Amino acid sequence: MTLGRALRILATETKYEFLKLVRLPGFAIPIVVFPLMFYMIFGLAFGRQRMGSATMATYLLATMGAFGVIGAALFGLGVTVAGERGQGWLTVKRASPMPMVTYFGAKVLMSMLFSAIIVALLFVLGVTFGNVHLPAALWLKLAAALVLGATPFCALGLAIGYLAGPNSASPIVNMIHLPIAAASGLWMPLEVLPPFVRRIAPALPPFHLSQLALGTIGLSPGSMTVHMFALAGFAAGFLVLASIGYRRDEGRTYG
Amino acid sequence: MSQTVARLERVTKRYGDIVALRDVDLELRTGVTALLGPNGAGKTTAVKLLLGLAKANAGTVRVRGADPRRSSTREQIGAMMQVAKVPETLRVREHIDLFRSYYPAPLAIADVLEIAGLVPLANRKFGELSGGERQRVLFALAICGDPSLLLLDEPTVGFDVETRRAFWERIATFARSGKSILLTTHYLEEADALADRVVVIDHGTIVADGTPAEIKSRSATKVIRCRTVLSESELRAVDGVRSVRMNGDRAELLATVAEPVVRDLLGRDASLSELEVAGAGLEEAFLALTQVRA
Repeated sequence: MTLGRALRILATETKYEFLKLVRLPGFAIPIVVFPLMFYMIFGLAFGRQRMGSATMATYLLATMGAFGVIGAALFGLGVTVAGERGQGWLTVKRASPMPMVTYFGAKVLMSMLFSAIIVALLFVLGVTFGNVHLPAALWLKLAAALVLGATPFCALGLAIGYLAGPNSASPIVNMIHLPIAAASGLWMPLEVLPPFVRRIAPALPPFHLSQLALGTIGLSPGSMTVHMFALAGFAAGFLVLASIGYRRDEGRTYG
Repeated sequence: MSQTVARLERVTKRYGDIVALRDVDLELRTGVTALLGPNGAGKTTAVKLLLGLAKANAGTVRVRGADPRRSSTREQIGAMMQVAKVPETLRVREHIDLFRSYYPAPLAIADVLEIAGLVPLANRKFGELSGGERQRVLFALAICGDPSLLLLDEPTVGFDVETRRAFWERIATFARSGKSILLTTHYLEEADALADRVVVIDHGTIVADGTPAEIKSRSATKVIRCRTVLSESELRAVDGVRSVRMNGDRAELLATVAEPVVRDLLGRDASLSELEVAGAGLEEAFLALTQVRA
């Protein structure tokens, strides 16, 4: 297969992955609406409070953005892969000439598309209700950090998709997503959380994504390189998990 | 001359201790081949091997000379399988558009809709379709790549008679374009209506291979039921009896012609009672064929 054809398949697959989910209110609404709702509640309630050099509304734009893109990745890959794999649809696609790499690639691009929508809507809320002012370059940097920084969570979603069953994937994602988001300081800044939470946060992947995002707008004290390496390390670990699940499924289903 | 499109060569496939296919040789040429057999005979295993969805323990599987476990080989194949759940929020046209993108030289979308009888349903979401309409979409996905080998695994399960006949028409239309079609079914009538060739499979081995007419002539056409003191082996010894099933003193025999068998039975067992002779249905005829080796 030529690269051109593979890219055309990837584009078509991504388009329909997106349409498939955007038309599913039970999926699209929680993924997109929850981060916006949390931003309104936390950001606007404490909007005038200052977090270092910025307002809370600015600070939460980065952390709630991280919460949103992580949700899009975990649900977008984890729940859909587990469902399509467990309910036989993936077998139909496997019987076609579809390359598996475009299947996975389309899932990643689709979740990034959802991420970009979430981030854009958060920015709109930040500007209109939160009175957030940033230079254009920083808006772009923040958006890029959030959308691209979600990659390790795409790998985690894939691992869940291959290790969980079609009905258990959604509760498993919730059980992982909400606690690690809260403990990483995505809802409330770590500074206001109990000390033991502050100690475990650096062991959690969302912490590093949120610090990376905060760093782009000058609100993280730490070294960005450390957070990037941490995210890359988590991505590698999740990919290993995903490939274990993939191999197990290949042997069991198509051996 | 028809050409070989796909081939199983001395293929054995095991699932744990169960042997699904045992040393099977099967060559598929252009035209419609029906793979007929009871549940668990190995039909779906054969289809999965041809689709690269399973790996043979022994022997080779080739489609157009290549291994179907490679995705490039599957550009030659279309398949309609039993599937639990198809994404319901995509429209019929969108499902077809996506599957067309997987093939290097697909059929035009309008032609696919036409052949599968989906023109008026093109903009409906999959979730809004009836069972028969859903099967037609799966058929459309199978043919949209203009494959040289089309595999249909029990395509009309759960259809009513009328829908089934209409569906056969669609398959027959596609078959006329010089394709090789392998159809698995446990309806002999379906094989009879569609196939140029019938391969009967049972317990993982091929027990008969011929035209539908040949297969029918080789199978019994009468069923004889009675209560008798004769043993199963004595009944089997009677001339013209093709198969015997016993349940206590109740016997069920299959025979090509009933009269000489009945005469013989009455001669051997004067106490024979509750005698009943019926024309065997197609299903019984098929049963006779698969029981010969049992």
